[in-house]
Amino acid sequence: MTLSLGRAADSSLEEAGAPQPAHLVDAQLVETRLVAFYFLAALAYLFISMLGGFLMALQLVHINPLRGIELLSPGRWRMVHTNAIAYGFLANAFLGALHWAIPRLTLKPVFNRTLSYLIFVAWQIVVVSTAVGIVLGQAQGLEWGETPVWIDPVALLGLVLVTINFTIPMTQARGPLYVSLWYFMAAFVWTPLTYAMGNFVPEYWVNGTSAGAIGGLFIHDLVGLFVTPLGWGLMYYFVPILLRKPVWSHGLSLVGFWGLAFFYPLTGIHHFLYTPIPMFLQYGAVISTIAVEMVVTTVIVNFFGTLRGSGREIVTNLPIRWFYTGMVFYAITCFQCALQTTMTFQALIHFSDWVVGHAHLVMFGVFSMWLLGIMTYLFPRLLGRDWYSRTLCEWHYWLSAVGLAVMAGDLILVGVFQGFWWGSLQMWDVSVDGSQPFWIVRVIAGVAMFAGLLVFLYNLYMTWRLSTAPAPETARLPAATA
Amino acid sequence: MFESKSGILGIAGLAFFGIAFLSNAVIPMLMYRNLPEQKAEQLINANVRYQFEDLARRFPAAFEKTYGSPPAETKEREAWLNQKCADALRLGRKVYIAEACWHCHSQFVRPVSNEERRWGAVSASPEYANELQRPVMFGTRRVGPDLCREGGRRSSDWHAVHFFRPADLSAKSPMPEYPWFFDGAADKPNARGLAIITYIQWLGSWHETYPLYEQYEASPLQDMQVDAVPAAQQSPATQARKATP
Repeated sequence: MTLSLGRAADSSLEEAGAPQPAHLVDAQLVETRLVAFYFLAALAYLFISMLGGFLMALQLVHINPLRGIELLSPGRWRMVHTNAIAYGFLANAFLGALHWAIPRLTLKPVFNRTLSYLIFVAWQIVVVSTAVGIVLGQAQGLEWGETPVWIDPVALLGLVLVTINFTIPMTQARGPLYVSLWYFMAAFVWTPLTYAMGNFVPEYWVNGTSAGAIGGLFIHDLVGLFVTPLGWGLMYYFVPILLRKPVWSHGLSLVGFWGLAFFYPLTGIHHFLYTPIPMFLQYGAVISTIAVEMVVTTVIVNFFGTLRGSGREIVTNLPIRWFYTGMVFYAITCFQCALQTTMTFQALIHFSDWVVGHAHLVMFGVFSMWLLGIMTYLFPRLLGRDWYSRTLCEWHYWLSAVGLAVMAGDLILVGVFQGFWWGSLQMWDVSVDGSQPFWIVRVIAGVAMFAGLLVFLYNLYMTWRLSTAPAPETARLPAATA
Repeated sequence: MFESKSGILGIAGLAFFGIAFLSNAVIPMLMYRNLPEQKAEQLINANVRYQFEDLARRFPAAFEKTYGSPPAETKEREAWLNQKCADALRLGRKVYIAEACWHCHSQFVRPVSNEERRWGAVSASPEYANELQRPVMFGTRRVGPDLCREGGRRSSDWHAVHFFRPADLSAKSPMPEYPWFFDGAADKPNARGLAIITYIQWLGSWHETYPLYEQYEASPLQDMQVDAVPAAQQSPATQARKATP
């Protein structure tokens, strides 16, 4: 028990003055069963997404055990891969974590618990229909918005309901708002707006170059205005609790939030540099991307300032290790972003695997790491039982972190090669043949990450089995004894 | 303001999003408001019509099965072919999206990285002002080559075999096979097969350089060919090449 996963930090900051014991507050505020449901759904989609990614990665190294089967075509599964991550894994895991964090931050339950369950069911229908629609060949021609057009209004309605369900308790909360709530509130305004803009405007109203500009905005706003603020909001919540101290600098938190809010939405067009989109708009996107990097630096400094003096927690506290690994990857990926957004870098690396490496670094290396860390921290609290095996938790971490680092490094490197092969006007085949060794390494790294997930699922299953069996009182967490 | 609910919801949430939408989305929309969206029917040109009729010659049984027989009278026949060709373009684009072709093939030529030499003239906005580019198929990744000047480069036979089994033509190609575009054999394309070939052959068909072959060095032959085109219509690359002694 001495190495249990940060349980000593159970008395969270916002409850310091609360008269009731933490577990009673939990029972009234947090619908723990729903949090667990969301996390399980998220993990199921992560499994599907990794399966899709694996299928596409195998295709690139000329292995396709399912060739000739229309519904299992690697192209379609590539779209399932990206969409299952965005709407299946990230959205579900965020909603689960938010159902835990927001009631505890506002000391109010969500607006309506029945609505929460309704949203849960509706969202699973949205995600499953998206996957089925894509597999059946009904994809929409918009990156990260491949959700078939007939699902878009339902998904948007779901997002609006999420906004209502969470924003009402937040606006009713008394006293100054904590940093996390700034991020959450803004994200709940931005996400439905982004979704509506990206899925409807370039589909029904504008074409060509203008549609490209909006497509770029959509891809980037989905990262910058949905995933990023929710991710950072959760970090501002969980990190101080686990480290048992406040965030290092409130001023830097302000700079980080307002800098992100202003500059991040302006960067979208950097996905389509050197297209026919007017150059002054492209330059504007480049400049604001570099500005985002400056803002990001302040946030990273703030969090490492918070860690200062508690560095040993990286070794002993597994969720903290997930979080800070994610932050290191975040620093790398944002620095990379500031470089690759320049026209000089773009000429070389655009269209190449560099971009794919970057995307994995962000979506898995940062946000999935954070969410998996949150799950590592919360599952024992949701199940009322410490992890079945700390060793398996370690395996999950190391397989994921090393697998991701190898995959991202490998793809970023081959991206540079591809850029030079293309720019030097060699035959196209040269770039495809030359990429083979790197694509093989990518498969192996992906298998490692996949294995990490399987280890985690096995560990979770065993923990759940133990939690349902009567356990000696000493093995149970205090939060679950009520 | 910075920590208040109204500031966060109103300024960060709504206003900043609005500023970004105005500056990054509304400005290009206004700039191109005078570029009317062309329908697929308006996109039919002699090049793509030639390719479409070529499909009828190469795969007569498949063509008739999919589209029926054309009317005998010339004028009606022309209108019929144009309409079927437009339908094929629409379905071809749908297939292109459904199979995620656009996840591995881009559709724009950049003015950098020697792309003009490899793919042809740099892309321009008017090329994309049509319903087949809503949403636009720029793409963000090139596992395979760019396709926006692909039309006419290769024969429809080549494309049929290539869609059926890419490795037969390009031994190390990582492109998946698409046997569901065919009724069992590469010479029997079905509606989707005919449509995707028409769509690919259409790409770049509006351009004066159609068909444009990949070139790795300037050949004197190419300069002879482009001399026939008035200087104003030539691509900047051609003009630059001719300006250098």
